[in-house]
Formats: sequence, structure tokens, C-alpha cells
Amino acid sequence: MEQIEKTFETRELTISMGPQHPATHGVLRLVLTLDGETVIKCTPHVGYLHRGVEKLGENRTYFSALPLTDRLDYISSMNNNVGYVNAVEKLFGIEAPERAKFIRTMVAEMGRISSHIIWLGTHVLDIGATTPFLYAFRERERILDLFEALCGARLTVSYPRIGGVRNDVSQEFLDELYKFVLEFPSRMDDYETLVTENRVWRKRTVGIGVISAEEAVNWGLTGGMLRGSGVCYDVRKHAPYDAYDKVEFDVPLGKNGDCYDRYIVRMGEMRQANRIIKQCIEKLPTGPVMADAPKFTLPPKDKILKDMEHLIHQFVLITKGPIVPEGEIYSATEVPKGELGFYFVSDGTGKPYRMRVRAPSFVHVSILPKLCEGGFVADVIANIGSIDIVLGECDR
Amino acid sequence: MGLIENTISPSLVEVEKGTKILSPNIVITSMDKLINWGRSSSLWPVTFGLACCGIEMMTTGSSHYDLDRMGVIFRGSPRQADLMIVAGTVTKKMAEIVRRIYDQMPEPRYVVSLGSCACSGGIFNTYSTVQGCDSFLPVDVYIPGCPPRPEALLEGIIKLQEKIKGEHFRWSRWR
Repeated sequence: MEQIEKTFETRELTISMGPQHPATHGVLRLVLTLDGETVIKCTPHVGYLHRGVEKLGENRTYFSALPLTDRLDYISSMNNNVGYVNAVEKLFGIEAPERAKFIRTMVAEMGRISSHIIWLGTHVLDIGATTPFLYAFRERERILDLFEALCGARLTVSYPRIGGVRNDVSQEFLDELYKFVLEFPSRMDDYETLVTENRVWRKRTVGIGVISAEEAVNWGLTGGMLRGSGVCYDVRKHAPYDAYDKVEFDVPLGKNGDCYDRYIVRMGEMRQANRIIKQCIEKLPTGPVMADAPKFTLPPKDKILKDMEHLIHQFVLITKGPIVPEGEIYSATEVPKGELGFYFVSDGTGKPYRMRVRAPSFVHVSILPKLCEGGFVADVIANIGSIDIVLGECDR
Repeated sequence: MGLIENTISPSLVEVEKGTKILSPNIVITSMDKLINWGRSSSLWPVTFGLACCGIEMMTTGSSHYDLDRMGVIFRGSPRQADLMIVAGTVTKKMAEIVRRIYDQMPEPRYVVSLGSCACSGGIFNTYSTVQGCDSFLPVDVYIPGCPPRPEALLEGIIKLQEKIKGEHFRWSRWR
């Protein structure tokens, strides 16, 4: 039989993935050039959720810009608030009292757990496992209930304030939280039983989206992305803020820098966060929860209602904002996604001249082409889940 | 429910000697009620979280609040959906795409505006955000809140079901 030589001509196909796609975690749009199942080129398009948060922040006083930070990374708003108030306190030159610092550390770690739980649920859901999603949201609901008991809001909390926290924690809240802390490791074991050694999960994540340690540093990655590649950098450890220098915790590290190692790192972080909360409850000191700095912090509400001086004082602070020393400041905190930085330029008025947010998600989106190119279309989903982005923070 | 107005209770009828069959079950209702019952008890929204409210929408769909029991199952494609929950801030860049997704949905289609941002722009009164998604979509139910609690979304969907049940002569193309 005569051999017929036939050359197949393949044609590149350009598809647009998103902004409406169940696996893009919001409104990320990727333009993928495909050759069959292989991704040749991947271009992320961001900006579909650009709300002008930085510009809004520049038109508000330091106090009233706080609720805007809730809506940056909306699944861990507590951490954003902590980052914001830390930066502003640094600018003002005031310090929160010890009890407030411990409370902030505690609630920030609760925020970290709730954020990582969402990441876990959606990441495995995208890859095909539905059950862990339902389990994960069960625990998240408990954390949100605790937030609600603490400050009345579930998602957009605005609980930390400049110079401390809004209100003191009650004993019932601490008891309930302690009960959760004791139960949580067994819940973690549940997730790990479902996912960690699962064959399908390992096939889909081991060796997918590899970033070497050097590349991770060069691309400016932080948080779980960086630690998944084996670089030990954690703002909580290397430049401690709040009460992180008074609690013990380990920094989980990965080795290969693939999706699976990032998963291991984030699971480890959840256990460490649980450990930190436990220590915070045990070590919680007594004392006030608001700094004694009348020029920069709002007076307590009961005094405003009774006392004329405090009323006038509050009126001036709310309408004009505090008189801030001129200068600029950059302050970084470790949020679940990575390093969240706030950069303020103050011109001496009650509003910042420039407010810049260094969002980890924005940096992490930039590495997406590198992770996806050369891989399969299905791996794009794994990579998006693994870089753990929130578009509200990325687009601001 | 009001759907079944007249039901003849099943009884055995002898059609020929030795053979007994069930008498025919007859359900008499109006087309309106039947169609509205079908539509309201299987609302399939398109999976479309825009911002913060999308997270609360996910929570409502997950284990604790469980939207599935109301017949609400999220679909990935607008072609299979008949409800759009605009969950979050609509920016000017996104508005065009939201409208396009709405146009891709088969009729009858409904829109729920979830959260202050989708209803009125909320706290984001800036150069880049649309001040209310009703400027380009026909909204059926508005749910305020920043973000609304999952119970509020459940309430909103119940309200939409009530609205659907009260519709008349919507069997053909409209809008």
C-alpha cells in the first residue's frame, strides 16, 4: 500500500477567557492563544473592577477612608483594615495599646483563616472536587458569626481603628473563639484527608505552574506564592507589627514552587494562624483598647454625648481630619495574599495627598503568563486558583 | 399552592371483563399558573460574581444557607440561565460585558441587583463606576446592603418568585 504523506496544518486559536467565567475568581480576563490544547500565549487583562479606591482615599479624611480598605480584598477585610491602620499610625506617630495589638493580631489571623478557606474551597472546586467547598464554607460561617458578634458585620468589618480597635472583646466572644480554635485542627484534618493525598488532586497540581525561588523573588512575589518556592520571607516574622513578635509561629515553606507546594504552604498557614489565635487568647493583656492620643483618635462615644469639649473635638476631627505631620510613609503587613503595602504622602492636612496601595494580587497576576504558557488549558484553571487573587484588590 | 384546582381521585375502572385500569388523572389549571409555577421553582442564575457581594452570593449557595432547596442552581453559561444576579460594583469597563451577558440569556430572564453598588453605585461615586445597574438593565428586585446578608438574598429570591407567580400572558416573546 502506498504511503500517503500528509502534513497536518494546525491553526492557532485565540480565545477570550473571562471576564465572566466561573473559574476566574471574579472579573479577570485572559486572552489565550492556543495550539490544540497547549497554551502558546496568555495575556491577562485587568481593570474590570477598577473603582478608584486610591482616588477616593485622597478625597477623604484618614478616618473615613478606612471602610474603603474593606472592599479591597473583600474576603479578608480584617487584614486590610489592620494594614491600613498600622500605616496611618506610623504616619501619625502613635501606637496602639498592648491589648488592642493582641486583639488585632487575633482578628487578623481569623481573617487569614477565612480567606484561606475560601481559597481552598474555590481552588478545589475549580479543579473538580465539590465536597471540600461545602465543608470549608461550614467553618467559614463560624468565623463570620464570630465577626458579627464582635462588630456587627460579616464581611466588611471596619473593626480596627486608628489608634486601637473599635470596641473591646467580650468574654463570651473569647470563649466561643477558643472553642472554635480547639475544634479547628480536626476540621483541617478533614480537608487534608479529602484533598492532600487525593490522586486526581496530585495529578492536577504536582509539577504545574512551577516558579523557581530566584524567579519568584525577581517577579516580586510575596506571601504563599513566594514561600511555596522555598523563600522564607514573612512580614510578620521579619518586620513584626502588632503583637506578632510576642507570639510563636512557624513559617511553612514549600520546595518545588508548584501548585501543590503552594497548597501545602497555605494549609500550613491555616494551622499556624490557629496557633496564633490560641496564644493571643491565652496571653491577652488587660488595659484600654484605644490609644491615649486625643489629637489623632476620636473620643469615646459616651463622652461625646455628655461633654461639650469632646463633642467639639470630634466635630473638628471628623470634618477637617487630624493635623498630620508632613512626610511620606510606606508600611507593609502580611495579608493572606502576600505583602499589602500602604504608601501615604501627607501634605499636612487631614487628607492624604497621595494614597497608594501595593496590592499583592496585582503583582501575582503579572506572573500568570509565565505559569500558563507551554501548559494545557486545564492547567490555566489550576494556576489561577493557585495564585490566589482577588480582583477587588488587583484593580482597586 | 393553588396550582391543582380540580383532581379526580384515582379509582379503578373496569374497561372490559377482568381488566381494570386506573381512571385518567386530570389536573385542571390555567396556563399562567402552570408556567409561572415552573419558572419560579427552577430559577437558574448565571455564576457571575463581580465584587464583594459575589462572595456573599457564594455563601448563600453553599452549605449553610443552601440555595439549592429553592431550585436555584448556579450555571456557568448565560445560555442556560434565566436569572442574573448582578453581585457587586459595575464599572464602566464591565457594564458593556454585563449587558452582553444579559443579551445572551434566553427569555424569560430576570435581574436581581444585589448590593448597594449594583443598586445605586454605593460608596464608589467615582469616575469609573456605573451609578446603578438599572441604567442599562431592567432590574426586577433590588437588594440593598454593603454587602447584603445571605438572608437578604434569600428574601430577594422569594420576592422574585412571588413576582413571577403573579405574571400574566408571558408565554411568548416580550421585552
